[in-house]
Amino acid sequence: MVEWTEFERSTIADIFSKLNYDVAGSNALARCLVVYPWTQRYFGKFGNLYNAAAIMGNPMVAAHGTVVLHGLDKAVKNMDDIKATYAELSVLHSEKLHVDPDNFKLLADCLTIVVASQMGSAFTPQVQAALQKFLAVVVSSLGRQYH
Amino acid sequence: MSLSAKEKATVTDFFQKVASRSEEIGTEALSRMLVVYPQTKSYFAHWKDTSPGSAPVRKHGITIMNGVYEAVGKIDDITGGLLTLSELHAFMLRVDPVNFKILTHCILVVLCMLFPEEFTPQIHVAVDKFMALLALALSEKYR
Repeated sequence: MVEWTEFERSTIADIFSKLNYDVAGSNALARCLVVYPWTQRYFGKFGNLYNAAAIMGNPMVAAHGTVVLHGLDKAVKNMDDIKATYAELSVLHSEKLHVDPDNFKLLADCLTIVVASQMGSAFTPQVQAALQKFLAVVVSSLGRQYH
Repeated sequence: MSLSAKEKATVTDFFQKVASRSEEIGTEALSRMLVVYPQTKSYFAHWKDTSPGSAPVRKHGITIMNGVYEAVGKIDDITGGLLTLSELHAFMLRVDPVNFKILTHCILVVLCMLFPEEFTPQIHVAVDKFMALLALALSEKYR
């Protein structure tokens, strides 16, 4: 089981309570598709992803970004058993979506960067550490049911 | 994954724009790395103080950014241009190359934090590629 300090719990709750899900979600996913273009392989049905401008303005990307970010809500509400919370989603990503688990880390990195840009100086090293630890647990849980 | 002419221009322009805050960038990135990835402190056991913003961290942040700007200046041949720095890291410092990625990530976080408007995804990808090439150049002499 993952041990969380009081600081980590309150930091994660704080970040997600203040987050604009639509903006952060769409930005993080779009950034991921721009910075790591091979991740576009999973979005063949999303229409125009030909260049950065197209990706940033693509409504399907924006909508899906929000979906993905809301997926993190489960983990925020169940920090003491993220592994079990994501068992089903892990199976989905593995068996149905066939997503290489390394991509979870890429998206997590993009999300960290987007949160940093939204929080500015409030995104202290300690806050970054808490967020990255949380995201690492999420990433690991999503990769667990792969075989 | 090499840099196109456009990306080289993007990287050069961006780093010129943020040059006045390069000390701040270096200090922040290094501070973060030591907190978020505590295993990196193992390379700085000789420092009295590894806490964010401390004197040795600030001094070293400047050194690192000097290296980054040297690479920007030699963007047409980063590997060739950084041979001496590579030798330093390979034979003297012997930093495990996995840490280059870690520091790069911290630099990107800081750039986006300090320059949220300017650090667009297009600039992000160009800088990320540049930093990857920088890391590769530093690893050149390792084996």
